[in-house]
Amino acid sequence: MGNGLVRLILIRLAQAVPLLVAVSLIVFALTYLAPGDPVRTLLGAKPATPEAIAALRERYNLDDPFIEQYLKWLWQVLQADLGRSISGNRRVINIIAERLSISVFLAAMSALIVLGAGIGLGAWAALRRGRWIDRLIVTSGILGISSPPFVTGLFLLYLFGVILGWFPTFGAGDNFLDRLWHLTLPAIALAFSVMAIVMKITRAAMIEVMAKDYVTFARARGLSARRVLLQYVLRNALIPVITASGLVIVSLVAGSIYVEVTFALPGLGTLTVDAVSKRDIPLIQGTTLVFALFVVVANLLTDILYTFVDPRIRFEGVRS
Amino acid sequence: MTLPEAIDAQPVRISRRLAQIPLLVALAFVVVGVVVLCAVLAPWIAPYDPSLQRLDVGVSPPSSDFIFGTDSLGRDILSRTINGASTALVGPMVIAAGAFAVATVFGLLAGYLGGWVDTLIMRWVDFMFGLPSTLIVIVVVGVIGGGYWVAVAVLLITFVPSDTRIVRSAVLEVRPRPYIDAARSLGISKRRILFVHILPNILPIIVAYVAIDFAFALVNLAGLSFLGLGIEPGTADWGRMLSENRNLLFGGNPHGTLVPAAAMILTAISMNLIGDWLFEKFIG
Repeated sequence: MGNGLVRLILIRLAQAVPLLVAVSLIVFALTYLAPGDPVRTLLGAKPATPEAIAALRERYNLDDPFIEQYLKWLWQVLQADLGRSISGNRRVINIIAERLSISVFLAAMSALIVLGAGIGLGAWAALRRGRWIDRLIVTSGILGISSPPFVTGLFLLYLFGVILGWFPTFGAGDNFLDRLWHLTLPAIALAFSVMAIVMKITRAAMIEVMAKDYVTFARARGLSARRVLLQYVLRNALIPVITASGLVIVSLVAGSIYVEVTFALPGLGTLTVDAVSKRDIPLIQGTTLVFALFVVVANLLTDILYTFVDPRIRFEGVRS
Repeated sequence: MTLPEAIDAQPVRISRRLAQIPLLVALAFVVVGVVVLCAVLAPWIAPYDPSLQRLDVGVSPPSSDFIFGTDSLGRDILSRTINGASTALVGPMVIAAGAFAVATVFGLLAGYLGGWVDTLIMRWVDFMFGLPSTLIVIVVVGVIGGGYWVAVAVLLITFVPSDTRIVRSAVLEVRPRPYIDAARSLGISKRRILFVHILPNILPIIVAYVAIDFAFALVNLAGLSFLGLGIEPGTADWGRMLSENRNLLFGGNPHGTLVPAAAMILTAISMNLIGDWLFEKFIG
């Protein structure tokens, strides 16, 4: 068993490599995608003295062929050297480190809401299939899929922040509890649309599993309803949810950018959008790499988690 | 049929046809109809020029002159929302239809030919799924900086992979049917089988998904405008209005944000409902 698992993890790792190469190529090519000369782009508002230009050509190896430039850049990136931001001339890695904690906090909080409320409501709807509560949950799912986090966020901000005044409308909080309070609305806004996906999948999977023979048999054996639900239905119904977790992670990461801008939170998302609007290429490259790395690693971890929850995969070996 | 009979019969027939459409879906069609009318008739029905600045008015709450008030430059919120309907419709329509046009070719080839063509196309699709595409769209559109149509084009590309999967699985379902076998044994060319025998049969699924894709494209495109990317500043656009008027939520005129936000959500929900309904009608 251990052997199969190790092989599976190695194969997943191998699959992640081309993805990371592609992302890093796109990120590197951003310097050339920006309209105009890369030297001008990298100079930003700095005066174009011959020394400054020569220093940039040296730093980014602009005189080398494209592939060589990319490889040299990649080598620097692998040593955690993401260069210096154009505006402010600070090390990109330090700027990112300052902003990271808010984004991580927000993502973790939303992920908990997505899993808790998404699975809970989906299961509840399946158990009350066809009744009004089921219809209410399904319809609110359509609402969730149709409302992007920035629109939900603006409505929540207005209702609970401005009119009712229950939650702060600015800042990210100083200590843990304060931060929890400040990030409640953003986390709900972010979770709302992603939750709809989890809810829909859980409901469909529950309905399918509840019709299975082994569930009928478990009931016939006189097992308690609670035990049937938790050990037989929910455990099997959660497998498709785990399969979809890649989609959930990508949606959370993408949505967090919008939510941070909506609530003016100083996280990685607002940093990226600021960098994009200033055309600060090294900073954009840095944040994009961090986001992409997070997505790839998170997907890898869920793939591995998947093999623990569904032993069939482990025993069958590797199914692509 | 005599004339009185014909007059009598007509309302019955219409009401019976309407009864087949659930109320919610009928409402969705009404919403989309209103949005289309706004987009087409904006110059005539909007009370003011959407970019007319009334600095003497400035920010103002709803009043008899301005039903939803004005923004910080004194522009009429209602007129800007009505005019925003066109960028909210055209771009997403191009994205949804364009992505499916490309995906239909890929999906037909992958599903019908199988073999290495299928492997090649589906490997590419899987690969695209692994990329954090929203992030890449934000960064690429922001760095290229080419306005609305660049945003539309980049989003269109990111919609192709999932659409290809949908078309391919629809093709796989149709392929083993006897009439395809019959067509093949009659010696009909592959191209004719693909476009005359298979395509018409998977078209309903494509139409249903185009509606659902439209809703996603609307939300994504508005998201880019919200971040200040894509569409030019100053354009009357729902996403732009949300970011321009965000601070008016705290005082001044919250309608500057709430009205375009409601318009966007209503349009997106309606297209999702229509898409789901078409899907169930054709497939379910």
